[in-house]
Amino acid sequence: MQIIFDKVNYIYSPGTAFARQAIKDVSFTINKGEFIGLIGHTGSGKSTLIQHMNGLIKATSGKIYFNGQDIYEKEYKLKQLRSKVGLVFQYPEHQLFETTVFKDVYYGPSNLGLDKLECDLRSYEALKMVGIGEELLDASPFELSGGQKRRVAIAGILAMKPEVLILDEPTAGLDPKGRDDILDQIAKLHEESNITIILVTHSMEDIANYADRLFVMNNGELVYQKPTKEVFSHYKELEEMQLAAPQVTYVMNALRDSGFLVKTDATTVEEAKDEILRVLKLRRNGDLS
Amino acid sequence: MIKDITIGQYYPAESILHRLDPRVKLGGTFAFIISLFLFQTLYGYIFVALFLAGIIKLSKVPFGYIVKGLKAIVFILLFTSFFNLFLTAGDPIYTLRFFKIKITITDNGIINFIFYSIRLILLILGSSLMTFTTTPNQLTDGLEKVMKPLNRIKVPVHEISMMMSIALRFIPILLEETDKIMKAQMARGADFESGGIIKKAKSMIPILVPLFVSAFRRANDLAMAMEARCYRGGDGRTKMKPLRYHSRDYMAYLCLLIYLIGIVGIGILERMGIFVNFL
Repeated sequence: MQIIFDKVNYIYSPGTAFARQAIKDVSFTINKGEFIGLIGHTGSGKSTLIQHMNGLIKATSGKIYFNGQDIYEKEYKLKQLRSKVGLVFQYPEHQLFETTVFKDVYYGPSNLGLDKLECDLRSYEALKMVGIGEELLDASPFELSGGQKRRVAIAGILAMKPEVLILDEPTAGLDPKGRDDILDQIAKLHEESNITIILVTHSMEDIANYADRLFVMNNGELVYQKPTKEVFSHYKELEEMQLAAPQVTYVMNALRDSGFLVKTDATTVEEAKDEILRVLKLRRNGDLS
Repeated sequence: MIKDITIGQYYPAESILHRLDPRVKLGGTFAFIISLFLFQTLYGYIFVALFLAGIIKLSKVPFGYIVKGLKAIVFILLFTSFFNLFLTAGDPIYTLRFFKIKITITDNGIINFIFYSIRLILLILGSSLMTFTTTPNQLTDGLEKVMKPLNRIKVPVHEISMMMSIALRFIPILLEETDKIMKAQMARGADFESGGIIKKAKSMIPILVPLFVSAFRRANDLAMAMEARCYRGGDGRTKMKPLRYHSRDYMAYLCLLIYLIGIVGIGILERMGIFVNFL
């Protein structure tokens, strides 16, 4: 168990007219190497929740453990935690500031107090991982395209070699190609280096394609924390929370309702295809069970 | 964190002060600031403090919240008080020898130190109360109306007030942005607390550059959005909610007048030597 939240509460500006409870009694555990999807409508507390994971926000009450250690203990070094739990904010390209792409990525590892060679190495590696070519290393980050900027910003976190990578809507505002590139790279990272991924997104398709387990936030509460398929079978409840299931789940349900007896638990296009073909084959054989 | 800066911000509440016409509040604040310099004795301070306390009570803005706003200007406060303490002529009370420089603290210096600080605090509390109870939009409307006569001598009143309202509107946005960027850089291991002055100043670069970039981006977007809605300055522009005085506004003016008479009265009595400055 890598990350444990124990009854975490968070209240914004307590004691003023602006006071608002953003997180209510949230408890969960995340294991090493998991790929977690986190969904919830705008303002449901997702962003607040993930900022607790690397200690940027201190919970009003409750405990958080990382690798078995209480992160609110006095001797615990939050800076260390932040190097292990990488957090990529929404629109991370807005935080670029250096004169060249390479220097910007270099900023993260250099803050960890590593020697120059190690920093250089990590920066190169991270940029390679996100698919930024050598020809762009000396370009100004402000000259790049939106998708490239975002990949540079993600590389800035990857260069710190985190054990957990949290991404807050990493694909918002990108074109389909940019989106797929980034998600594929994240999936690859997950497979190759076995790092824990927490992906916040509004795209149910992305969740269905990548996440093993799905967390659903609603008005500051963690409503579901189950395997992705199980959560999507509650699609009616999800809709009440201004969420939805992937498109194919709806297609499968519609098929079933119109008498085409498919199982409705498919969440990706691949699964749906297999299921439909299976039923078609049965039909052709005249076996309509 | 940085979001705790409350000075100059609007605080939503249901109070008579919130409902007052912004022109009353503008005039009141102006009169209040001038009134702070019309007296010298303790009686004046007591009178002003009581008046301000009453207004704060009426405004329903929590006192702690207002005081929090003072934090932002503690430095300026200390700075001016400091000079008052050391640079006022009078009977020396204590002399500090620092190599060859002689620094003397005088009795008048201490008095000035105390009272100028109080005066400044009163000034800031009074004027921040205006922004706490008035939305930026109301404030600009009021300002525009008050300054309208200046239009005659070709002062771009509408443009000035529009700029002011945009500036005010952007304070919370940019604060939020700063907060976000700080967090993003902290997530990359940035450290804004440790180190000497130079190191600290250097650690600000990763915040300032993105902040400026985003400020320009936002300004650009805003200009575009205004143009898309055919904004072309104040000529012939009407208001959806034109400012109108209500009876409560006249009452407020009356209270203000009584207050001013009180202050001027105290000032006159001081001059006549009836209130002896016992300090």
